[in-house]
Amino acid sequence: MIKESALNPETASFRETVPAGEYFLKVVQAGETLRILDLEGNQAADTLFYNAHNPTERYSVTDTLRAQGNVYLTAGSRLMSSENNVMLEITADTCGRHDTLGGACAAESNTTRYALEKKCMHACRDSWLVAVTEHEELGMTKRDITHNINFFMNVPVTADGGLTFADGISDAGKYVEMEARMDVLVMISNCPQLNNPCNGWNPTPIEVLVWS
Amino acid sequence: MLETASPLYDDLIPGGSHWSFIMRRGHVLRLIDETGHANVGMLMYNPENPLERYNMPDTLKNQHTFKLTRGHVLLSDMGRVFASIIRDDLGWHDTVSGTCNAELVAHRWGRKTYQQAHNQYHRNGLSSFLNELAKYGLGKKDLTANLNWFSRVKTDDAGNMTYVSDHSHAGATVDLRFEMDTIVVLHTCPHPLDSAADYPSHPLRYQLFRASPVTDADPCKTSSPEATRAFANTALYHLMP
Repeated sequence: MIKESALNPETASFRETVPAGEYFLKVVQAGETLRILDLEGNQAADTLFYNAHNPTERYSVTDTLRAQGNVYLTAGSRLMSSENNVMLEITADTCGRHDTLGGACAAESNTTRYALEKKCMHACRDSWLVAVTEHEELGMTKRDITHNINFFMNVPVTADGGLTFADGISDAGKYVEMEARMDVLVMISNCPQLNNPCNGWNPTPIEVLVWS
Repeated sequence: MLETASPLYDDLIPGGSHWSFIMRRGHVLRLIDETGHANVGMLMYNPENPLERYNMPDTLKNQHTFKLTRGHVLLSDMGRVFASIIRDDLGWHDTVSGTCNAELVAHRWGRKTYQQAHNQYHRNGLSSFLNELAKYGLGKKDLTANLNWFSRVKTDDAGNMTYVSDHSHAGATVDLRFEMDTIVVLHTCPHPLDSAADYPSHPLRYQLFRASPVTDADPCKTSSPEATRAFANTALYHLMP
């Protein structure tokens, strides 16, 4: 569902550009609004959310799908935690659909999806593992790297149970915006995937904005 | 061959219960819906390194499928095959809907405590998983999207999910051939989208068999280039001392 935001980027309390292949880590307080902006189009922002006070509680794909009875995310979707609490609600979306079934790329999944020789290519899980090892104060490890949202990705499910990777429906300037319902730690891997055409073999930067 | 072989082990798990064990590679776990309408929640971990676990997204996207059935392989996050589905009487098993929790069970079917009902009390899938995971030193951080054997959740063009209430029948069977040693954690608690009037409590019969050797022409191994490469990764893992 396309729903534009009334918020003005000029009034954001925080703005940061995240190059492709980098991670982004920030706590967003309850009541604040987070926007992820696809600067150049067809980029995937692989995102994990944690309760900022207890990262054992984290975004859960299964609880989210079950709670909303739908496999896609868009404006109105409530992102649920593993403890069945609402973490964030998507309040604006100019893309229309986001994936949460496809997971993230990893060195190991690149070997199965593309070629055994692809194992040393930088991948989203590498970015997250760098993030948690560079921030020991979070007390997080690979155990905390779980299923994610792929903002701006389109992975349609067919009625007969197929799963397809469709052309991106995002474009330069499209964004998704969500209001935090609890203090959340946001961990994004701005996807470095070079093996499929979802980003035209050209991973590009995103921008993260927060309004207090 | 398995049709006539005698099982090495045969057991029945009551409805609304949980159990776990280690499957050794080269063996088949047969799951049988004893009375019909079963749901079996399952998680899988590598006993040598439980940080390696069943990965729903990798399993689905590698095989371009939303449902699981015969010919599919169940992948770990390390690009390896825990198990191959070598028989399936139903054609569709769910792995995206997760599991019921205490609030959901209490809301839908009422809270029934041990004090009231002894072993017929209303267990939920989430607590059941955590109970079994603790036996291996695992916990909430190790929870991941689980399998729901015998359950079908279909979608429409808009992505709306529908639980199919009359999917499984008495005797419906799934055979899983394990390609790696695997901690199997399971429960027989209701599917989280089941809207049955009474708490669904359906037992699981499970049996163990020795598997035939996996040939290069094995249907699961050759089902897709992705599966073939996952088998190659698994073979490499077993070369390591």
